[in-house]
Amino acid sequence: MIKRDLVIIGGGSAGMAAAIEAKKNGIDDILILEKDGVLGGILNQCIHNGFGLTEFKEELTGPEYLSRFVKQVEELGIEYKLNSLVLDITENKCVTYSNEKDGVVIVEAKAIIFATGCYERSPGAIQLAGDRCSGIITAGTAQKYLNIHGYLVGKRIVILGSGDIGLIMARRMTLEGAKVLCVSEIMPYSNGLNRNIAQCLNDYDIPLYLSRSVLRVEGKSGRVEKVVLAAVDDKMKFIPGTEMEFECDTLLLSVGLIPYVSLLDKLHCEMSSTRGAKVNDQLMTSIPGVFACGNCLHVHDVVDFVTDEGRDAGRGAANYIKGLSEKKKHILVKPGNGVGYVIPQFIETDLNNDITFKFRVRRPVKNVFVNFKSGDALIHKVVKPVLIPSEMVMIKLNKDKLAGLPLDEIEVSLEER
Amino acid sequence: MYMLDVVIIGAGVSGAFIARKLARYELNVALFERENDVGDITSNANSAIVHSGYDPVPHTLKALLNVRGNAMFDQIADELDVHFNRCGSLTVAVSDEQMAMLYDLEKRSHENGVEVRILSADEVKKMEPHISQEAKGALLAPTAGVVDPFNLVVHAVENAVDNGVELHLSEPVIDIVDKGEYFLVKTPKGEYESKVVINAAGLYSDKIASMIEDIDWHLIPRKGEYFVLDHYEVGLVNHTIFPLPSAKGKGVLVSMTSSNNYIVGPSSEPIDDVEDFATDSFTLGEIRRQATELVPDIPFNQVIRVFSGIRPTSTRHDFIIEPAKTNKRFINVAGIESPGLVSSPAIAEYVFENYVSKLFNLVEKKNFNPRIKKYHHLNEMSVEERNAAIKENPEFGTIICSCEKVSLGEIKELLDRSVPPHSVKGVKRRCRAGFGKCQGGFCSPMVTLILAKHYGVSPLDITWDRKPILEEEVKKI
Amino acid sequence: MKELTCIVCPRGCRLTIDDDLKVTGNSCPRGAEYAVNEMTNPKRMITSFMRVKNRENCVVSVKTSTSIPKRMIFQVMEEINKVGVNAPTNIGDIAIKNVLGTGADIVITKNVK
Repeated sequence: MIKRDLVIIGGGSAGMAAAIEAKKNGIDDILILEKDGVLGGILNQCIHNGFGLTEFKEELTGPEYLSRFVKQVEELGIEYKLNSLVLDITENKCVTYSNEKDGVVIVEAKAIIFATGCYERSPGAIQLAGDRCSGIITAGTAQKYLNIHGYLVGKRIVILGSGDIGLIMARRMTLEGAKVLCVSEIMPYSNGLNRNIAQCLNDYDIPLYLSRSVLRVEGKSGRVEKVVLAAVDDKMKFIPGTEMEFECDTLLLSVGLIPYVSLLDKLHCEMSSTRGAKVNDQLMTSIPGVFACGNCLHVHDVVDFVTDEGRDAGRGAANYIKGLSEKKKHILVKPGNGVGYVIPQFIETDLNNDITFKFRVRRPVKNVFVNFKSGDALIHKVVKPVLIPSEMVMIKLNKDKLAGLPLDEIEVSLEER
Repeated sequence: MYMLDVVIIGAGVSGAFIARKLARYELNVALFERENDVGDITSNANSAIVHSGYDPVPHTLKALLNVRGNAMFDQIADELDVHFNRCGSLTVAVSDEQMAMLYDLEKRSHENGVEVRILSADEVKKMEPHISQEAKGALLAPTAGVVDPFNLVVHAVENAVDNGVELHLSEPVIDIVDKGEYFLVKTPKGEYESKVVINAAGLYSDKIASMIEDIDWHLIPRKGEYFVLDHYEVGLVNHTIFPLPSAKGKGVLVSMTSSNNYIVGPSSEPIDDVEDFATDSFTLGEIRRQATELVPDIPFNQVIRVFSGIRPTSTRHDFIIEPAKTNKRFINVAGIESPGLVSSPAIAEYVFENYVSKLFNLVEKKNFNPRIKKYHHLNEMSVEERNAAIKENPEFGTIICSCEKVSLGEIKELLDRSVPPHSVKGVKRRCRAGFGKCQGGFCSPMVTLILAKHYGVSPLDITWDRKPILEEEVKKI
Repeated sequence: MKELTCIVCPRGCRLTIDDDLKVTGNSCPRGAEYAVNEMTNPKRMITSFMRVKNRENCVVSVKTSTSIPKRMIFQVMEEINKVGVNAPTNIGDIAIKNVLGTGADIVITKNVK
């Protein structure tokens, strides 16, 4: 059996950042396993600009952003294998992967970092009503067909879901000659970034219909012919008489991203409501030595933050391999009023001076306090003028604030001002 | 034009097994299918249950052929290399009234010659920890099973083709003329002369039958909608779980599938339009409600697909397997609704023994081979076997579908078979590329390009099912 | 007085700009600059791809080196659509110099070997 210090599953933004940081923290024996034929993951197909403002203070396209990390991986001599998919992992950290050249190989690792990204919620997963025909496709798949292979999946498009990929694709397809008729969002607010609504929809006069969803898809010929939208009430039930019909050839879905960690399910890893793993302050899962970062932990809206989280995991894994990450405590971090989830879910070491709590609010709120409480004790309070579900919130706390808590528990909640 | 001996219309599961049965003999057989793939309509969208046969009314064709067909499945699964799991079924009673009905069913089972046993509430809960606390008892039918319905048909046709049957895909029969000694079978692509015609046209069998005479039955198609769940932790249910049957059918079941997914459904609603495969939220909600009465904690957040199938229920409420009134060389195989899948091999034998064998002086082929050529199933191999396969063909090492872990080699292997897929859906049904969590989100572009390259066409010509996936090559040089 | 969503960074600040081009709501100077431009001469970056002529089924992504006038987006797209490039390409290679006199180049954003 081959032995490695650190195996990183996934060579996208999170995986590359994790590898670079682990290397910088003294781990030399690293292997990145990437399922695609190139490093960079999903950024390869994100040819639009807007990446790197935090990381490089400039605005880059996806391929430009990723190329800077590929360069560092190469320069640091970090080994990676392409077209290599992980088939299995065991609790004692044996990773089985497969590729054309090596065949099926089992690698025993001291630590493993999951950086496997996310997948798109499918038409079946949202139980899309109507015919199941050609022309119903997820936005990311359409993005791959267009930006990597040069094919448009349709010429008259309705988009369901206002997630960022859907918005970005509305603009991309418009520029390449398709007509995007509208974007329909079931929630009363958009799930994409404001800037994307401005520059991807408003710039091209593409209407955004809120509180509306697809009542049914018609496509008996085998191709989408019509999409019928209808308004929904506050219980997400369709309101009769509000139907809007669109003759079109394509329904693009941008209805959510889900961490892609089926390998973890089998290990009985503790999972969070994000459908990623629960992690501690080192980004270690409930399985010792197994870490997770990036979109396979929770779905991010900005790649720069994925990179940053990758680095945290790289450092966490390095600490673990070097035997530094002894668990000293077990403070449970949980979401309270108005908060969907909080990462990390546990604080177990004293290794970080600051701990960054990342969370999302459940619905848009204005003028709130974000409270960090342990039992009745308020340990930190921040004012936020606006918080929306599509933007991840990050709040840093010094570790001193976490000393001497009344309970082994912290709750992050919102309070109206 | 040469004279065919037998034309079979419809490459669903019945047509497939009839073709395979006839392929044993020195006969010129042609199998016509209107779709671009075999087993594409009713055989593609059903519960995939190999029923034990406790439910059909005794002495009907359904009862006879179900029980006989069930007994044939171990051998079929072996010869045709199809996933089959005799997991057994439990018909669960949730009230004292239903318990009484279970005893009636037990009696019916014995009449049909089906082995069953009544279980106490405790026994049921021990076997099925997720079953409703309301369960009062159940009828266990150990011979019931689940099968891969896609490859069952594909491999049966492949075996028929390998043994000499001609397959005509995308060729609907549009007219049949009775010429006395033979039939003239017309399709958009040509005309064929055949001594015998077997009508196994599923939802269109009434139309085909009417091409040569007036018929005294018709079809009342019924739609059934379903949920498919991802591979969930094994053990949600360990058997196929049925409610008590009613006039509408066997009811909403909860079952594992032959691939360790879970299936929940079907509804059962009569429809007018045999091409209406749409699903609707109301019906799915109703299925959900009924299913959770039996298995309360079904993880519906693991749903990866919803679909509907249409069953060709006939006004006779039994299988119609008989010659036309006016011509004994025209054989109708119609109204093959549930339990059609399990019955299909027995239907083929029945058609052969009672009708076809009496029309020809048959000679068995010397070189008939009941087995299909070996497929590589990489996920079922040990690491050593897998490496041996990759050494022989490195493409077995490159994984295309990361959810179901299907290799490039396995996809390409399909394309070199005698019944290869032409669509992305055809690939999915055969090797499960695109069957997982992401439903082909990641792999379908690659599969499209693999198909285009293999068939020497533009990716614009590759279909999901009937129609292309892509509309335009942008900035074509 | 006009309300705008800033597109300079993912924060998407809600800006207001009055008739004297005074900007409020911005979190950085670039936001103020964006709002003023938006009122006087709105500009956008555009990204697309070009065909790689000497590779089978291959495209390479491109962008404008700086923002171009918003009203010229589709004209610039037409220019991009006319042109193919030859591999190998490197990030930063110029595919079209000073496209339509906008002062922006069409720059390649992906390495193709």
